[in-house]
Amino acid sequence: MSGAVEIALTVNGEAVRRAVDPRLHLVDFLRSELGLTGSHLGCEHGVCGACTVRLDGETVRGCLVLAVQADGAAVETIEGLAADPAWDDLRAAFVARNALQCGYCTPGMLASAAELLAAGGVPTRDAIRDHLSGNYCRCTGYHAIVDAVESVARARAGAPAA
Amino acid sequence: MKAAAFRYARATSAAHAQALLAEHGEDARLLAGGQSLLAALNLRLSEPAILIDIGRIGHAAIEARDGRLRLSALATHAAIGRSAAVAEAAPMLAQAVPHIAHPAIRNRGTIGGSLALGDPAAEWPACALALNAEIVLASAARGERRVSAEDFFLGLYSTACAADEMVLAAEFPATAPNERQVCLELARRRGDYALVGVAASAKLEGGRISGLRAAFFGVGATPVLAREASRAAEGATVAEAARAAADALGRDLDPPGDPTTDGATRLRLARVLMRRAVEAMAA
Ligand SMILES: Cc1cc2nc3c(=O)[nH]c(=O)nc-3n(C[C@H](O)[C@H](O)[C@H](O)COP(=O)(O)OP(=O)(O)OC[C@H]3O[C@@H](n4cnc5c(N)ncnc54)[C@H](O)[C@@H]3O)c2cc1C
Ligand code: FES
Ligand code: FES
Repeated sequence: MSGAVEIALTVNGEAVRRAVDPRLHLVDFLRSELGLTGSHLGCEHGVCGACTVRLDGETVRGCLVLAVQADGAAVETIEGLAADPAWDDLRAAFVARNALQCGYCTPGMLASAAELLAAGGVPTRDAIRDHLSGNYCRCTGYHAIVDAVESVARARAGAPAA
Repeated sequence: MKAAAFRYARATSAAHAQALLAEHGEDARLLAGGQSLLAALNLRLSEPAILIDIGRIGHAAIEARDGRLRLSALATHAAIGRSAAVAEAAPMLAQAVPHIAHPAIRNRGTIGGSLALGDPAAEWPACALALNAEIVLASAARGERRVSAEDFFLGLYSTACAADEMVLAAEFPATAPNERQVCLELARRRGDYALVGVAASAKLEGGRISGLRAAFFGVGATPVLAREASRAAEGATVAEAARAAADALGRDLDPPGDPTTDGATRLRLARVLMRRAVEAMAA
């Protein structure tokens, strides 16, 4: 280690304190130090989105944030988000629409989709595709994912299903 | 892959960051949003001995004052995209944001990092060149200085920002009432680096174009100001200016090819964008 650094943060609402190697990125920290293996790693250079988590309320690439940079921050991972009732409809829609197969992309996809839905309104299918453009899925071909996100947006806005 | 080991120092102010840079010299890299640097470290394209984290020094303000729009270095792409002051004072910048990477990257990546990196396919360097922004630099040894965008981008990933200097801010002139600004690009997929892009401004008076400044990105080692296109468009009606500027581009640009897109294709796409940009000014 090149001089471990003390960090203190909250992860899914729980206070965590650790000494970390500066080069450890946030997802390796979550997976190896905390055993939170729901956040995935695909490319580790910012391209695939499998590592998407929330940092202080905004989505980030967990592979492009160092654990030391998260000192003092609030991190939310799929483990925390999955326990949040506000996500029930989004999860249910992913199941109903077959928006996952292997599931590797799903934690990141859900985090990105939730961020779009939090903006309110009913985004167009193009807007949904734009927002999810940084999240790769190698299984579904994306249509089912766009269907799922759109159906949740419509239901929340009280609009008829497409 | 995993990054090689490095040491980590958290700067508490801009002055502290400059002092750390002076102390560690070429062994150090500033860490802003990390959206290019950490990717490069993970790929082991770069192995600095120490990272100086400037994420907590403040300097993220966006201020419009006295006919200038000042974007401090740590302003994120997302914050710039949300800013009403930016949309009003420099609409080109607001138009550029949706083209920059993906939402999660825009939440972290900063304008200072993008300008300092000088990626020739990136949006902010081209916008800075089109609007002839001033880049504010600072170092412990020499204090503050200002470099115009025309003198800032020197070559591939090479800028006027010295190893012991940091970018503090970029200052853009606020748009004039008869000025039109456009940022357009063509990419294979939303958020990918541009195949070709253009950031353009001009005056539109009585249906005629004057003072066109079109900076192209993705066409060479730096963003390129299309001076011949500007000359060709001067004083022409919008339709004529669009055609003349697009025709003249062959004298401004000589884009290199890569395995997916040859140079001739890029030039053709640049002409398409030039036409669309001038036409959009009248819309
Ligand atoms: C998948 C992916 C797609 C992307 N697509 C695009 C795109 O389409 N368009 C685009 O423009 N960018 C794109 N980016 C890059 C992104 O916009 C980066 O945020 C930006 O290039 C760098 O900003 P940063 O704050 O993250 O800088 P960092 O990564 O922290 O730093 C980049 C470099 O600049 C130096 N630096 C940082 N701040 C300063 C400063 N204030 N003064 C001096 N030097 C400094 C660093 O030392 C480093 O060398 C993409 C990135 C990824 C991972
Ligand atoms: S693992 Fe982070 S973007 Fe691919
Ligand atoms: S479900 Fe397999 S990668 Fe998306």
